[in-house]
Amino acid sequence: MIVAEQKSLEEIKKLVGNAKKVLVAGCGTCVTVCFAGGSREAAIVSAELRMSTKLAGDPKEVADVTVQRQCEWEYLDEIAEQVQGVDVVLSLGCGVGVQAIAEHFPNVWVVPGLNTKFMGLPTEQGVWAERCAACGDCILGLTGGICPIARCSKSLLNGPCGGSLDGHCEINAEVPCGWQLIYDRLKSMGKLEVLMEIQAPKNWRTSRDGGPRKIVREDLRLVSEEK
Amino acid sequence: MAGTNGYLSGSNLERVLKNGHFAVTAELGPPQNADGNIIRKKIGLLKGCCDAANLTDNQTAIVRMSSIGAGAILVQEGLEPVIQMVCRDRNRLAMQSDLLGAYALGIRNLLCLTGDHQTFGNHPTAKNVFDIDSTQMVQMVTDMRDKRVFQCGEEFKGQEPRFFAGAAESPFAHPVDFRPYRLAKKVKAGASFIQTQLVFDLEAFQKFMEKVRELGVHKQTYILAGVGPLKSPTMAKYMRDNVPGILIPDELIKRMTAAGAPWAGKSKDELTPEDKKARTKAWQAEGIKICIELIQQLRETEGVSGVHIMGIEWEEAVKPIVEGAGLYPRPVVTEPQAA
Repeated sequence: MIVAEQKSLEEIKKLVGNAKKVLVAGCGTCVTVCFAGGSREAAIVSAELRMSTKLAGDPKEVADVTVQRQCEWEYLDEIAEQVQGVDVVLSLGCGVGVQAIAEHFPNVWVVPGLNTKFMGLPTEQGVWAERCAACGDCILGLTGGICPIARCSKSLLNGPCGGSLDGHCEINAEVPCGWQLIYDRLKSMGKLEVLMEIQAPKNWRTSRDGGPRKIVREDLRLVSEEK
Repeated sequence: MAGTNGYLSGSNLERVLKNGHFAVTAELGPPQNADGNIIRKKIGLLKGCCDAANLTDNQTAIVRMSSIGAGAILVQEGLEPVIQMVCRDRNRLAMQSDLLGAYALGIRNLLCLTGDHQTFGNHPTAKNVFDIDSTQMVQMVTDMRDKRVFQCGEEFKGQEPRFFAGAAESPFAHPVDFRPYRLAKKVKAGASFIQTQLVFDLEAFQKFMEKVRELGVHKQTYILAGVGPLKSPTMAKYMRDNVPGILIPDELIKRMTAAGAPWAGKSKDELTPEDKKARTKAWQAEGIKICIELIQQLRETEGVSGVHIMGIEWEEAVKPIVEGAGLYPRPVVTEPQAA
């Protein structure tokens, strides 16, 4: 899932600025699961904003609403009227959600209430960790299901650097060394020989480096059926 | 291969190694400014004491004069450079164009490195590159030399950059079992020489070399063991506890501590500036002595073709180390004759 974290109330207040009517828009999918921008968080942020601006002598009219998924037009249509009636929409969706609102409602001012962090999973209650960097050309089949792009700080493809110590990365003792994990797993599976193959430079064109990405599935497009 | 007379690059380092001499390289750290005279001064300390000098590339992710810029000064002054290049700061385009330029400036040796993560250095908010890794860099450079192709596969005409290309290995970094294989992988990619991380623990290094010999890698590349003088017990403990892949046996820490024994037990305020100077001198002398002993033992190790001395901003130590180890003067191997 997409993992995000709420911005500070201070930053949120700056982003909202002098708008009088604010709609806090939560999202019911990834950011709900990671407790950053679901209906519960939308209600809390909205109350905080209402109270703090009232105390500061600049009371704002703040409402909140949560849609199933901010990243799909049909769900956004459900809140079309509400977003039109305010000065600013504070989206508690991920970066995709914020942009979906901007794109779907061209005359609506939308600001982000979250920092979108990564694609990952909860490793324990209250802890989320990155797992995928969306490089667009999955190599997990070569590395025992552990991604060196996302989990090695240097995205190395041919093994660990010289900074791996006691299972952690040189950047921080809290960060596991991705290559130690790969090594241990391949060893336990009896597949270490995979690591002796020299991996060629990666084609980063499928990653963000190739420019904004898009997938077109002609078999699914409605347009082609109509023609 | 025209005009190289059987040599890959014809560099002094390559000639020394190929002719069976025990090679000496030394590290020269470029300054954090644009003063070429600092390089010239350090050249004065190293010239004649080593077969080539390694120029670090933004070591520990701190901005310094470029290894190629400093390398050009070494070429002018007649000390052969080994330029280091890390994967952190350049993508494959920048690497290749810089290597064409470096070759045109007369640079012939290259050490391909991953590079410390930028969070260590003075620009922790920078974006890193890591477009290719060090193994891939070795392959790219040797393909430019031997196949006259850029990394993309496109052939090019005219002078190819003929580098004597090497890589690094940290024998004691983790996972330790994988290190000899990682070295083998870099050699398979085309590394003609290997410079290792600092070795203080000979027993651990012998174990590593045993595996390297078992794999036969020492016959396919020249391994230069990394050595360096300890400066003080504090520095030794710091390196042991904080630098991944550096093992310092207690015995050496004890020796360093013993060297400062005459001044032990006194608080900072009780020590006069003269005391401190004398203590530093005693520590340094012991550090150099230990380094010399290590070199002598490494020289007896099968598969070790030389040493790489890392003074770490103490280039003055290199000469007494090389002399003390009986490696001075350095051999003169005549220029390869044009075929």
